Amino acid sequence: MSDTVSFDLAQVSVRELNRYFHSELPGSEVTRISVQNPNGRHSIGVGLDCPVEVEIHGHAGYFIAGMNKQAKVTVHGNVGWSVGENMMSGEVRVNGHASESAGASAHGGLLAIDGDASSRCGISLKGGNLVVAGDVGHFSAFMAQAGTMVVCGNAGANLGDSLYEAVVYVGGAIDSLGADAREEPMEATDVEAVRGLLAEAGFEGDAGSFRRVASARSLYHWNAEAHQEY
Amino acid sequence: MNVPSEQTPPPVPPAGDPEHLEASASFDADVMAYIRRATQCGLYDIRGMGAKRRLPTFDDLVFLTASASRYPLEGYREQCTSRTVLGARFAKQPIELEIPVTIAGMSFGSLSASAKDALGRAASEMGTSTTTGDGGMTPEERRSSKTLVYQCLPSRYGFNPDDLRQADAIEIVIGQGAKPGGGGMLLGQKVSPRVAGMRTLPEGIDQRSACRHPDWTGPDDLAIKIEELREITDWEKPIYVKMGATRVFDDVKLAVKAGADVVVIDGMQGGTAATQQVYIEHTGIPTLAALPQAVEALEEMDMAQEVGLIISGGIRTGADVAKALALGADAVSIGQAALIALGCNNRCHHDGTDWIDVTDDYRQLGTGPGFCHHCHTGRCPVGITTQDELLEQRLLPEQAARWVCNYLQVLNMEVTTLARACGKSDVHHLEREDLAALTVEAAAMARVPLAGTSWIPGCDASDTGSGS
Repeated sequence: MSDTVSFDLAQVSVRELNRYFHSELPGSEVTRISVQNPNGRHSIGVGLDCPVEVEIHGHAGYFIAGMNKQAKVTVHGNVGWSVGENMMSGEVRVNGHASESAGASAHGGLLAIDGDASSRCGISLKGGNLVVAGDVGHFSAFMAQAGTMVVCGNAGANLGDSLYEAVVYVGGAIDSLGADAREEPMEATDVEAVRGLLAEAGFEGDAGSFRRVASARSLYHWNAEAHQEY
Repeated sequence: MNVPSEQTPPPVPPAGDPEHLEASASFDADVMAYIRRATQCGLYDIRGMGAKRRLPTFDDLVFLTASASRYPLEGYREQCTSRTVLGARFAKQPIELEIPVTIAGMSFGSLSASAKDALGRAASEMGTSTTTGDGGMTPEERRSSKTLVYQCLPSRYGFNPDDLRQADAIEIVIGQGAKPGGGGMLLGQKVSPRVAGMRTLPEGIDQRSACRHPDWTGPDDLAIKIEELREITDWEKPIYVKMGATRVFDDVKLAVKAGADVVVIDGMQGGTAATQQVYIEHTGIPTLAALPQAVEALEEMDMAQEVGLIISGGIRTGADVAKALALGADAVSIGQAALIALGCNNRCHHDGTDWIDVTDDYRQLGTGPGFCHHCHTGRCPVGITTQDELLEQRLLPEQAARWVCNYLQVLNMEVTTLARACGKSDVHHLEREDLAALTVEAAAMARVPLAGTSWIPGCDASDTGSGS
């Protein structure tokens, strides 16, 4: 049996593809999957749990590679909402732009977006690494709890609103910071972290020129005097 | 008319006479206490449990059991099944329960691990399901629960594909009755190292979770989210959608359209471990009012036979369960009642040998047994809503599970008894026609006739099929 298997989503359904991923792929000798004609379909490659490389050739819809474990999924095109949502490990790469909530609640792994990402990128992040070559939209890293987000371009309004322990690095301009987010000095370890993630994602950039955004931790406990002016 | 000169008018009471003081209906003692508390704290009140105000409830309905016009079944001898199937719309593996009473979602974090363990044991023994909560699935509850519903909440604390696959059903939580529109809350004193680790949060912070899901927003997106969860679990597990009871008719329709196998509606009496009191008492509608709206939505979509309906929020007795089924629910879910069965608000806890009085511990919280709603403090005197290692030991899971088991058994005995008296051999054959209302409000909300009449306020006679 070949170590590469192709699926044409013009011929088979997403259900058949995912069923193969969950029941036939684990334990087989297949190491590469090629998916043709995604044509904006949702939920391609959700729930993967084996060290396989999946190449999706074309634009794809919502929740691509959702809850991924171990697999390396590459989309050669744009993706809809919530690519790599709740990813646990592995790698998801978008050679294009991503719509809203990219990497939402990701617990681990690497999400690399070659283009721009829309609003709420990295929302509720819980430990993964998220690297965006372009810009991110408003409310990105909202309530991000852990993990690291690197934005090579500009960040929209309210970046890092209600951050916990996640850290955001921005190479371009920041429209505004959200509640409880603050800019902090870049230390040598920060520069090293950015450099490492850029290298891992395969993106270029001057790590030393990034700015660090983290939580001021003023929302960690009730503050009746804040009057919603955090 | 002239007053006879020999009679004198009654004496005017002296100013300040306690028998003639006039209290304000608007600013009564409770309202004044609320204002005084606000002046001292500058922060809204946060507490646990559900609405304490008096509301129309299932108590305002009665059964029209069999007589000459209906044929009853023998209460002790003839069979009446309570088997309940949920989630058969799309899921390959629907949930099959022995009783129509399930245990509602309550998190490890809000509850102690012992409490979760006890609920799981009891539910398993009685052949029903229990549910995780905002904080993920613990190994203890998975082990002890034969049928476990895994909640997918806005926070996604501890949410992961491994637990998703080992769940028996998935419940997407949009809201809950105690705080529809509000996010979860767990104050710092309960965010122990284990709780913090499961939720990826710093230890000891006041955790306020998101009120909206991170990866979808409206009902069209919900349909795609449901599809994603189905794909991950290979369309095996039923998917529930839980909502707090507000605009129930519209919300149920949207959930059904989005592809839910089961809709869960939580009325305003539903409990919580912590939220703002203003939510608890002033948001949502009573369970009694919510259920007929949900049923109407399903019937209008011709989905009542396909989509399961679970109602929750203040369910306490077998009569409540039976009335909920008669109004069109497939099952009910209990939270506060299950905690009370565990020993919540008991004056004593049992250490395995003796009953130990803990009234002083209640007093230290500023309350007393029977009045406690201090789950948010983490200092539960009976070891249920705590993460304190010593307090938690006050609840012995095996013993507490027996109490919950007994309680669930009583609920089911009462339901089947009422069903037999109505002539039904299956509790799911109870119907609205078996009910009458004792108050005009209950008649209007439940859409059953006021007792002794054929009048349903708000319904035309042509709608009810009966003249008045």
